[in-house]
Amino acid sequence: MQPRTLYDKIVDRHKIRALDDRDGPGSQLLLYVDRTVLNEYTSPQAFTGLRDAGRDVWRPEAALGVVDHVNSTAPDRGGAVADANAQRQIDCFAENGRDFGIEMFDVLDPRQGIEHVVLPELGWVLPGLVIAAGDSHTATYGAFGTVGFGIGTSDIEHLLATQTLTYTRLKTMRATVVGDLPVGVTAKDLVMALIRKIGADGAAGHALEFAGEAIDTLEVEGRMTICNMSVECGARVALMAPDDKVFDYIAGRPRAPSAEMLARARPVWQALASDAEAVFDREVVLAAGEIAPMVSWGTSPDQSGAIDGAVPDPASLPEDRRRDAARALAYMGLEPGVRFEEIAIDRAFIGSCTNARIADLRDAAAILRGRRVAPGVRAMVSPGSSSVRRAAEAEGLDRVFIEAGFEWRQSGCSMCLAMNDDVLAPGERCASSTNRNFEGRQGSGGRTHLMSPAMVAAAAVAGRLADVRILAPREM
Amino acid sequence: MQKFLSVTGMAAPMPAANVDTDVIMPKAFLKGIDRAGLARGLFHDLRFDAKGRTRPDFILNRKTMRDVRFLLTGPNFGCGSSREHAVWGMLQYGIRALIGTTFAGIFADNAANNGLLLISLGEDDRDRLFRAAGPDGAELTVDLVGRTVTCGGLRLEFEIEPSRRQALMEGRDRIATTLQMKEQIRAFEAAYFAEAPWLARGGAA
Repeated sequence: MQPRTLYDKIVDRHKIRALDDRDGPGSQLLLYVDRTVLNEYTSPQAFTGLRDAGRDVWRPEAALGVVDHVNSTAPDRGGAVADANAQRQIDCFAENGRDFGIEMFDVLDPRQGIEHVVLPELGWVLPGLVIAAGDSHTATYGAFGTVGFGIGTSDIEHLLATQTLTYTRLKTMRATVVGDLPVGVTAKDLVMALIRKIGADGAAGHALEFAGEAIDTLEVEGRMTICNMSVECGARVALMAPDDKVFDYIAGRPRAPSAEMLARARPVWQALASDAEAVFDREVVLAAGEIAPMVSWGTSPDQSGAIDGAVPDPASLPEDRRRDAARALAYMGLEPGVRFEEIAIDRAFIGSCTNARIADLRDAAAILRGRRVAPGVRAMVSPGSSSVRRAAEAEGLDRVFIEAGFEWRQSGCSMCLAMNDDVLAPGERCASSTNRNFEGRQGSGGRTHLMSPAMVAAAAVAGRLADVRILAPREM
Repeated sequence: MQKFLSVTGMAAPMPAANVDTDVIMPKAFLKGIDRAGLARGLFHDLRFDAKGRTRPDFILNRKTMRDVRFLLTGPNFGCGSSREHAVWGMLQYGIRALIGTTFAGIFADNAANNGLLLISLGEDDRDRLFRAAGPDGAELTVDLVGRTVTCGGLRLEFEIEPSRRQALMEGRDRIATTLQMKEQIRAFEAAYFAEAPWLARGGAA
């Protein structure tokens, strides 16, 4: 048989039939989808469509819903009421779950959290699956050797009604990350460096597979960060061959297969890798040792640089990027040549499906231990899930954050996209562990600098963007 | 879904790269449970300032663009969030097609599912069209049947995936089409779960 990439193997395994007479990238096929997760803001119109057409959900147990985008993250869950429209979305979501037999985690459920944090921690994301969901960051599941990708509401409706999608096969691209990451440099810096290198559309139209020592060395959580944020260089799907770390991560989780079933699955999962001779449509190589802690300076995730650098002069950039860079600097209120470490911040935010898992909170807490948030900076942490929040409290991390001056919030998408009341005021500048620095993303007129959770902690303490490598963890 | 055959109207140039769906449809307009009222939200923060006043410089606010039908777009248009509200808002605003070079994947699927035509031109043709339309935009005709864009004396041919073109021209119900393959889906499932019992009902702990 022709050598195949991991992506093509998984797509082939889920291909019910061809929908045209073509083969390879660009061909259309009917794709079986194993599972989906629903949220309260992209799903309501899909259910309305089903009702209007008198259609049922094909396989209700293949879907799970969780409220995450619009809920409040106020520390007191009982007292906080979402705004009327948000509350209507939450109510409508619960009603759709009841009507169509789909399990939904509401705001008060102990398993509530950001969808892409919740699914893996339940043990519901398994190697070799196809998971499509109404959120672009569904690519996160690539860390498990799962083809995960975002879809719009019309496709959610199609998926719920048929358990399939009419799917266009992607091209394949491989990013090989050789060597090891230096001390103080994280998975977030790695993926930001890749996005900077290849551009915001660098992997557009491709399934992006990661390989190399730096990826193998990372724990599953760091791998999720990379797959999650690959979306910001245009990858619709990100993938990594699953290994023992992944199998061990899954075992024993609440929704994982039984031990007996895991034993049967394991040899199948171990075979999930691109063949040695497989040919990718594109290849890119990154040297992990050259990566430094990254910060974004613009309004597109590829507008970033190493923390010890400076805001670029648009005139120094390639011609086709100058106008966008100048516009970005005007929006960000930055002048060319300003050192990143001179940029003062108003807000610090640790959260999101990119960087709010327990390992992320530990990284940030290590910097904050024995330190205080700079005067005038408002700092917040919103754990990736209610389970992460409890785990952090069991380790005492909540005390570290609170004593440093951070607000210890409940879980949700929160100020990653500011659909709830966690919003930047116009002109406010935020160090953020999130994934998008788009204009208005964290609030109309708000200015976002993307970075790792430890870098956010360092910035919060310094009151300006800061190099985490200089701020070594301090003993209590 | 409205059929697309041939449409004539004003085209507004928006050449910036990486225009994201947060900018196309800001979060304030994502709080509905239906698809209504999204024309108001389209490019809201570019059309209106913080006090709700119209920004006269923005291309869609010009008098000539009152009945805009097309946007001439920069590369990687529609990147970011999966929100289909971005596409719904465009159609509600009256926009029927976008003409550019590349479009982000989820956005492109959403457009196809709603009858918003996306036309990908090569960079040379894109440059010629931008020049023909000028910085203030111009009237043009998109003919999906003949696969042409005509703007003044300029006539360009474009490529489009045949199945997407057919679906746009027919305004077809995709779910009904897939449900005609119901037996094949069932047969697939039976074989699939037999081979991977850890995925079947009862396979979970």
